[in-house]
Amino acid sequence: MQISMTVNGDEITREIEPRVLLVHFIRDDLRLTGTHWGCDTSNCGTCVVLMDGVPVKSCTVLAAMADGRAITTVEGLASGTTLDPVQQGFMEEHGLQCGFCTPGMMLTARALLDQNPHPDDTEIREAISGQICRCTGYATIVRSVKWAADHPAVEEIAGEEVPA
Amino acid sequence: MTITEVHAPNPAAGDADRPIGYGRIQRKEDPRFVRGKGHYVDDIVLPGMLHGAILRSPVAHARLVSIDTSRALAHPGVVAVITGQDLLGLKLAWAPTLSADVQAVLVTDKVRFQGQEVAFVIAEDRYAARDALELIDVDYDVLTPVIDARHALDPGAPVIRDEIEGRTDNHIFDWEAGNAAETDAVFASADVIVKQEIVYPRSHPAPMETCGAVADFEPIEGALTLYETSQAPHAHRTLFAIVSGIPEHKIRIVSPDIGGGFGNKVGIYPGYILAVVGSIVTGRPVKWVEDRSENLMSTSFARDYIMQGEIAATKEGKILALRTNVLADHGAFNATAQPTKYPAGFFHIFTGSYDLEAAHCKVTGVYTNKAPGGVAYACSFRVTEAVLLVERMVDILARKLEMDPAELRLKNLIKPEQFPYKNKTGWEYDSGNYERALRLSMEMAGYDELRREQKEKRARGELMGIGISFFTETVGAGPRKHMDIVGLGMADGAELRIHPTGKAVVRISVQSQGQGHETTFAQIVAEEIGIPPEDIDVVHGDTDQTPFGLGTYGSRSTPVSGAAVALVARKVREKAKFIAAAMLETRPEDLEWEKGRWFVKGDPSVGKTMAEIAMGAHGTVTLPEGIDGNLDAEVTYDPPNLTFPFGAYICVVDIDPGTGHVKVRRFIAVDDCGTRINPMIIEGQVHGGLTDGVGMALMQFIEFDESGNNLGGSFMDYLIPTAMEVPNWETGFTVTPSPHHPIGAKGVGESATVGSPPAILNAVVDALAPLGVTHMDMPCTPARVWAAMQGRATPPI
Ligand code: FES
Ligand code: FES
Repeated sequence: MQISMTVNGDEITREIEPRVLLVHFIRDDLRLTGTHWGCDTSNCGTCVVLMDGVPVKSCTVLAAMADGRAITTVEGLASGTTLDPVQQGFMEEHGLQCGFCTPGMMLTARALLDQNPHPDDTEIREAISGQICRCTGYATIVRSVKWAADHPAVEEIAGEEVPA
Repeated sequence: MTITEVHAPNPAAGDADRPIGYGRIQRKEDPRFVRGKGHYVDDIVLPGMLHGAILRSPVAHARLVSIDTSRALAHPGVVAVITGQDLLGLKLAWAPTLSADVQAVLVTDKVRFQGQEVAFVIAEDRYAARDALELIDVDYDVLTPVIDARHALDPGAPVIRDEIEGRTDNHIFDWEAGNAAETDAVFASADVIVKQEIVYPRSHPAPMETCGAVADFEPIEGALTLYETSQAPHAHRTLFAIVSGIPEHKIRIVSPDIGGGFGNKVGIYPGYILAVVGSIVTGRPVKWVEDRSENLMSTSFARDYIMQGEIAATKEGKILALRTNVLADHGAFNATAQPTKYPAGFFHIFTGSYDLEAAHCKVTGVYTNKAPGGVAYACSFRVTEAVLLVERMVDILARKLEMDPAELRLKNLIKPEQFPYKNKTGWEYDSGNYERALRLSMEMAGYDELRREQKEKRARGELMGIGISFFTETVGAGPRKHMDIVGLGMADGAELRIHPTGKAVVRISVQSQGQGHETTFAQIVAEEIGIPPEDIDVVHGDTDQTPFGLGTYGSRSTPVSGAAVALVARKVREKAKFIAAAMLETRPEDLEWEKGRWFVKGDPSVGKTMAEIAMGAHGTVTLPEGIDGNLDAEVTYDPPNLTFPFGAYICVVDIDPGTGHVKVRRFIAVDDCGTRINPMIIEGQVHGGLTDGVGMALMQFIEFDESGNNLGGSFMDYLIPTAMEVPNWETGFTVTPSPHHPIGAKGVGESATVGSPPAILNAVVDALAPLGVTHMDMPCTPARVWAAMQGRATPPI
């Protein structure tokens, strides 16, 4: 079947098998490998992307269900060389270690801040409670999101080169 | 709750933020990760790459009667199906484990655990490979399994490893440490003896990224490139050479970004070998990545120790001796990763942080019909089990003596002046100031105030518990003369090159799984040679690009590889002195070092920076006799001893008397890992380990039913803490450098995983004390706590 959607602002149209999961479509067909997968049971949230601005577990969505929607993956968070405050916050407050859960955590944080620009600790913890991080123990993720809330308009990120 | 960082000042320790080198700096690896540009194994796509999937046994113990792959082979997209019979022909059906045993790559004769590898399908895409698994017809003749380790040695128990000639039981090893007779004598005359069975249930590291590999065999050169989730790429290369017969110089192992390891990625799993075989057979690259259930059901588990503990003391509370008998469940193949001499890892550090007169432990390892593995999950080679044993026993003793558990510990901790301290099982603890750490944690917790609050709550029938754990780790394995893994000495290499313009590259033999090596190792070099960390690239994880070494596990990167890096930097600094002397036309002994620069003693204005020296070394300066025209060096570091990080943890829990639900209200962790390189990274490592502790103490459990069905085979059943189950961690630290380590660092990666479970468990038991509960085993799930409240505490197996 044919599907069309907007991914990180780009219109795309592809021919797919109807059963293909959105996570596999993003990773294998679009080669956007910043979206990860980590479980078989919709528990871990490493696969979270935004669908029309709302976090979804892309392992639990068929690519076909994203037809006509707007998808944002981690690759779409920064605009050019300017990082989203959430990305900057994760670096400032050590919100990541192995980096595997990080894309999903950051996208959920972005969606939270869009709804609620000044969340408290509990609201942040609740927002990410469907996602697992094995490395950080969550406190630094909470701090990272707070950092982003406190720095809503980072215009320029100095000296950051995107690695090839 | 605010996050507290408390520093007990120690002028001898290099902890202050400095202009160059140590201190809190952002991680060099983060810019790629936050942009989704990390490069993990499953992100790798090679031209013509195929996908593999493993068919696994649904039963725990069964004869393999027949296997028919014809329907699978006929499925569109399927390229090949490999069975155990095919591997027998290639002499690859069995592979050596890290513990002098063998493990089946694919079943040839008998299934020995649920989830064992039965066949390997290779197809054009991952969906086709999975589809074809359903089309393989296997006939099993089901046998009675051995699930409870307590019955593994019963006469008449089914013999799991009957493929080994002459084997008539499930016994693997007996191992002991300490002195049994001396210990018995101390027990015989002690005022007080308490005994307790303590079970450390089976657990699983479950990193967010599962295990996987991409194998690319190039037939003309006979060369193999293997991208895999490996914590030890060099050791894997040697083992692959031995197993496959491919010469070692034709094998390149690349361990790219790793999504967490925690010990899960130390061993070589059948899937890696099957990817290699698949690439050889099909002539194309083959990717194999396991799913979560495969990860939880077949790769290296952790713990599974049944410990009989006994502690002897005077009635005044002087602890005299400890002894224990342990039954260790190793699963169907003995595949634990530990130094050869130590089949129970470093469990014999079970004497903990206390000054004892005698100690003895005996560990018996047995086979059961469960997944193999054993030393994994940030355990520092079984120190986790040792710390649970001693810290529970000390708490139980405190109850018996009606003493405060903090007071009992303070009375018995090894004193600062006793270091280096030789314990009764052969360890020499390098340094410590235990009382200072415990007192700091009590101060941060407001210990006396907490006890007062508890008293009031108890009077109202509320269940509040305060638990303490004081742990001593033994990490940084290890001296080569004592420690090897499958014959490979546990040393690590480092190579440092300063380029002509003064920028540097350091190549290390250990592999990060999130620990931030690209940052901390650059900081170590920076501290030693005065080049800023951003000018130093750290290369790791590729055997073609890095010196040999044994890899990252057992908190050994900083103690071993970190030392190698410090020493190689010092070598370069020393060489730079000779080159600077030549450039300045003076004698080396007339030069003095300040960070980044050699200058003439008494005349600081005349000197050469590292960048100038590097250009000189590669330029046309006439170099002194014996000095090559570069600014490079290499080192292999063989540690003289292990390092002994320690810490004092206090946990406060509230238990819902109506449901048995345990809430961790506060957790105070004071860690001492010696010299601190990057406090931000250390704090992160500690937070992660504390969360593991909450998981193990309250939630995570790989349980089996009597047929051997794994009841923890998905994240629906194997519960991992989320942000809702953990508190805001309160961390503090003291600094007691290791006297034998070049920079005084001790390692911290596993401290919190090792130290936190007993603090939580002690808090739970303390909360339940008014109900007469003296012990319960982890995990303290609501149902199990509820049972304990009703007087029905049972071991988890
Ligand atoms: S991959 Fe685990 S929730 Fe989607
Ligand atoms: S940073 Fe490793 S899982 Fe979150």
